[in-house]
Amino acid sequence: MSLISKKTQHILKDPLISNNPIGTQILGICSALAITVKMDTAIVMTLAVIFVLSLSNTIISFLRKFIPTRVRIIVMLTVIASLVIITDQVLQAYMYDISRQLSVFVGLIITNCIVLGRAEAFAMQNSPGKAFLDGVGNALGYGIILIVVSFFRELLGSGSILGFQIIPDAAYAAGYSNIGLLVLSPGAFIILGLIVWIQRTISKVEEV
Amino acid sequence: MLEHYLSLATKSIFVENILLAYFLGMCSFLAISKKVETSIGLGIAVIFVLTITAPTNWALHHFFLQKGALSWVGLPDVDLSYLNFIAFIAVIAAMVQLVEMIIDRFLPALYHNLGIFLPLIAVNCAILGGSLFLVERNYNFGESVVFGFGSGVGFFLAIAAMAAIRHKIRYSNVPQGLQGIGITMLLTGLLSMAFMAFSGISL
Repeated sequence: MSLISKKTQHILKDPLISNNPIGTQILGICSALAITVKMDTAIVMTLAVIFVLSLSNTIISFLRKFIPTRVRIIVMLTVIASLVIITDQVLQAYMYDISRQLSVFVGLIITNCIVLGRAEAFAMQNSPGKAFLDGVGNALGYGIILIVVSFFRELLGSGSILGFQIIPDAAYAAGYSNIGLLVLSPGAFIILGLIVWIQRTISKVEEV
Repeated sequence: MLEHYLSLATKSIFVENILLAYFLGMCSFLAISKKVETSIGLGIAVIFVLTITAPTNWALHHFFLQKGALSWVGLPDVDLSYLNFIAFIAVIAAMVQLVEMIIDRFLPALYHNLGIFLPLIAVNCAILGGSLFLVERNYNFGESVVFGFGSGVGFFLAIAAMAAIRHKIRYSNVPQGLQGIGITMLLTGLLSMAFMAFSGISL
């Protein structure tokens, strides 16, 4: 017997590939693109989103019987904004350089559609344990895309991974050059478009 | 002075387009740009709300939240800037509600056209992003009005252009899997490249 049942595993694993929040549900694209020039910012962003999304889902799920439906959006936003403030303060205290690079995009986790979307669609109907797993799963699904996009943008755009040079100097001497376009914003759109294409072909999603 | 504002407006509309250079407001951009009319409605609503919330949040930050801002009540050492996020999002939600009621009262035709987009704008990244940028870049009051308006116009231009393109490709033979969001992302990439040609313009 595994530690968690089949059904619970489903909640965790589903958002990774087949029901990916970015590829399939089209949520949270704003921040997915802006911080993927370098891999380290993408990884920090993923951790921040895992923290915020899993906790906001859990808290909102605990509160779901006490939140009046009419004011639920503002209650959710307050919970999310408080968690984002904590994240931002921690980043500023322990990872100042990266928090400078992420600039306004940590704050924009508040309006990241994934967080509010999962709170509305899942946490308001399910128990805290499930909501927590759903949060972790969706944040990981989001993070995978971020890391893949940033991998290609950093490798092809700057010739390095996590700041270490990967493309050998000999290649540059032989006439290879970095694709500068990928560091700029159009590169992000194009790479994400291609990834969505591959992801949708694998999971056979139909556009409605 | 006027030149400075004009150059800031050009910068925020074209060169540093909030959508195509900073990726803010992508979710609604992708979801809404299927139809030209609704895109124009959303674009106008964004211009409206950004122009109002940018200076309001500037004032909030300047007079209440930034370090030393509370010296007028005798608390010169208090730094409340960590409350920026929650204060801004509350202001935005309240402003959207207020704008909605005012438009409903005085401009019923416009209200009818904007429809459901007004309430949705409260969670549009572009609005919160605009407010956070103006704090980070230390704009003054005049600059924040111009920046808010310019960013709104930039969003409007981008979404209207995208809706027109998507209208055009409706009958094109797009490979399966690339249909919908995939092709839209690639097109946005091309649009963003086109807007990059504006960089270098400075008035």
